Amino acid sequence: MSFFDGLRFRRVSSPIHNLDPRIKFIYACVIFAVAIIFWQLLPLVVLFVMQIPFVLIAGVKREWFRSMKGAAFLASIIFFTNLLFPFISAGYVITFSSLEYALAMTIRFLVLVGSFSIFFLTTSPDHLGLALEQSRVPYEFCFAFTTAVRFVPVLAEEAQTIMDAQKARGLELEKGNFLRRVRNYIPILIPLIVSAIRRSLELAEAMESRAWGATKKRTNLYVLKLRREDYLFAAITVAILAIAIFVRLCFYIPRLEEILAGIV
Amino acid sequence: MRRKPLSAVETRMAIIETKNLTYTYPGAAWPAIKDVSIKIEKGEFALITGPSGCGKTTLCRCFNGLIPHFYQGELKGEITVAGLRVQEHPVYELATHVGMVFQNPENQLFALSVEKDVAFGLENLGLPREEIRKRVDWALQLTGIYELRERAPTELSGGQQQRVAIASVLAMQPEVIVLDEPTSFLDPLGAKKIFEVIYELNKKLGITIVLVEHRLDLTAKYADHIIIMDGGRVVLDGEPHAILSSEEARLIGVGIPKATRLYQMLKAEGVKLGGKVPLSSEEMAEKIREAFKRHD
Amino acid sequence: MIEVEDVYFTYPSGVEALKGVSLTIRDGEFVAIMGENGAGKTTLVKHFNGLLKPTRGRVLVDGVETTKVSVATLARKVGFVFQNPDHQLFCETVEEEIAFALKNFGFSPDVIEKRVEWALNLLGLSQYRKTSPFMLSGGERKRVALASVLAWDPKILILDEPTIGQDYQQKEKLRQFILQMNAQEKTVVVVTHDVEFVAECNPRVVLMRGGKIVADGEARKVLTNPEIVEQASLVPPQIAQIFLNLSDLGFPRDVIDIYEAKEFLTKAFKGLR
Repeated sequence: MSFFDGLRFRRVSSPIHNLDPRIKFIYACVIFAVAIIFWQLLPLVVLFVMQIPFVLIAGVKREWFRSMKGAAFLASIIFFTNLLFPFISAGYVITFSSLEYALAMTIRFLVLVGSFSIFFLTTSPDHLGLALEQSRVPYEFCFAFTTAVRFVPVLAEEAQTIMDAQKARGLELEKGNFLRRVRNYIPILIPLIVSAIRRSLELAEAMESRAWGATKKRTNLYVLKLRREDYLFAAITVAILAIAIFVRLCFYIPRLEEILAGIV
Repeated sequence: MRRKPLSAVETRMAIIETKNLTYTYPGAAWPAIKDVSIKIEKGEFALITGPSGCGKTTLCRCFNGLIPHFYQGELKGEITVAGLRVQEHPVYELATHVGMVFQNPENQLFALSVEKDVAFGLENLGLPREEIRKRVDWALQLTGIYELRERAPTELSGGQQQRVAIASVLAMQPEVIVLDEPTSFLDPLGAKKIFEVIYELNKKLGITIVLVEHRLDLTAKYADHIIIMDGGRVVLDGEPHAILSSEEARLIGVGIPKATRLYQMLKAEGVKLGGKVPLSSEEMAEKIREAFKRHD
Repeated sequence: MIEVEDVYFTYPSGVEALKGVSLTIRDGEFVAIMGENGAGKTTLVKHFNGLLKPTRGRVLVDGVETTKVSVATLARKVGFVFQNPDHQLFCETVEEEIAFALKNFGFSPDVIEKRVEWALNLLGLSQYRKTSPFMLSGGERKRVALASVLAWDPKILILDEPTIGQDYQQKEKLRQFILQMNAQEKTVVVVTHDVEFVAECNPRVVLMRGGKIVADGEARKVLTNPEIVEQASLVPPQIAQIFLNLSDLGFPRDVIDIYEAKEFLTKAFKGLR
């Protein structure tokens, strides 16, 4: 169940983890926006490299690489489709500029994945729920979000147990043709669904017993307050955006091809 | 309806009182509890037991209004809890008087940190933040899990999780805490710790405890009052020593504590240890020791 | 026969659940594997039918290494009843539920019919044959789960926490049933932390703690050692507690059975007179 392990947030402390989730979210969005306004390879590479210090400070190197590896498949699709169209239209030749363009688009995608990975890897679901709540998202939605995060690993474990229980009764999941294999999962799915229903009923009962819905004006044990570091980080974010717009509007950005031509 | 005259003898107040309580789940052919009339007094440690399916859990659901408000169905008869007629008050209001702890710790903790879970009820009530902080810390300390407050509930052992569940209802400062087989999933030592925590809350804070449990071996010694149910009815109701030494209790198939059984078996063999029947191994050992001393 | 030879097991998450376990369970034995939650009990027994394979060391069932055969093959010999019946029940009727494994193992229809009949009778479920398992009570569902495993008559039976949430009478029935199975030369392995239940059965007890076996022997010896028992997050059975409390009077320290306790005390008191 390695996929679900990725959703299990690892509780660590770092300057990045301690930042306000709202600011971090805005940062990720700004990086995304900046990646959109450029299409040249050079600035996108710069943007990509800029993520690395954050990853190092947060100490989530291994997790970050894992999510980048996860994105590799999609990235290669993006690369090849971007290569394919100019390839066909240019009369079945690969030009240097089309290669550069395809590479740029791929890195744009990786920037996007990378920056949002930093956000999710350094923000506890708890904080995220809190950020949602304080951004005036209805509480029911925030609660659904944190509860989902809380119960996904539990359900994953349960699915594993059910699989074991049915295997112990001679069920062979990998046996037979495609249709048969799909059918093999029925003995797993039914108990999983039934127990999820039972579980949600019990949860509802427990929530009711803890005064769920007593008042429209719910309070919260925690409040998110912006600290000095948060303002600093917000300033950095704004600076990145400002510089990027300035560069985009006032400078001509050479393509790699032109730079190489200049050297030669 | 019979009206009871106020008597001067009745010094203790009933905190839970039911009269001819009968309840049928929606779509069920017959009632899950029938004609239940019980009285649990303020500050008592009451134990409800009986075979599976006897209606214990159903009765508990009536105490904080899950029945009839959450489960619907047909509730007949009278039930008052902390002076409130259950039918007339919503669950969230009753929840501030009656705390419920369920069997499976996994399905009653929702938050991603212990203290957030303990705060959940108070947040729902919309209490001021400082008040929540104060009560959360208080509840965490009383249940001995203050050190775990920042951990995720899923990282804890079953026993610790169940203490979080107790803390989270305790924080709402209820007069009654109802626990429905809270230790089924725990190992014996973990279970013992839970019972000790509950007993302390009962003795120190005077919180009324209603404990539903099969394993009387572990719990009978704490109880002031035992109610035994069978087939939806209350069949025995009274003081623990009297109840557990009765022939009926044994016949219903309630797990009489071994210490109590041993005492009865010895009595049948003509060995009289005297005094009240023991409810725990300590009491039994003490009785045997005394009997031996008398003969020395 | 199950032979566990110096087995280590680490879950993919990195949790080391077994740290060098060696154990032999002979045919026809009745073994209770006890210990706190998370001691590695369930992890260990999942090795017996190949659901888990050792990270180091090896497990042999009747001389065959579990890594060499499929779970389905091992399951013919080793029946495993999981703790929660809701994790396996999925059919429309009790009858189909019991037949499920038999079909998987490729029994012929007339054999299946006979076996289902036999299992229904054995566990007193005949009247529920056409009922949906989901309509039954918790205790009945547990019995259906048990019947669905017993149906193929495995020679080794593993029960994971069979007493959880069961009342006194249900436990008593289960105890009778296990003893009956054991009398028929079946090997029975029970994973549990229910000391009173074990005290009444008096099987061989294997006590685990932190992924290791800390004690192995007769229940009356293992469960009456207060230090070891406490380490495993258990408490001695109530009768043992009484006798341990009185050991300064010269009482034996290894009594866990109520009838034995009665005999002893009756004699002791009659001797006083």
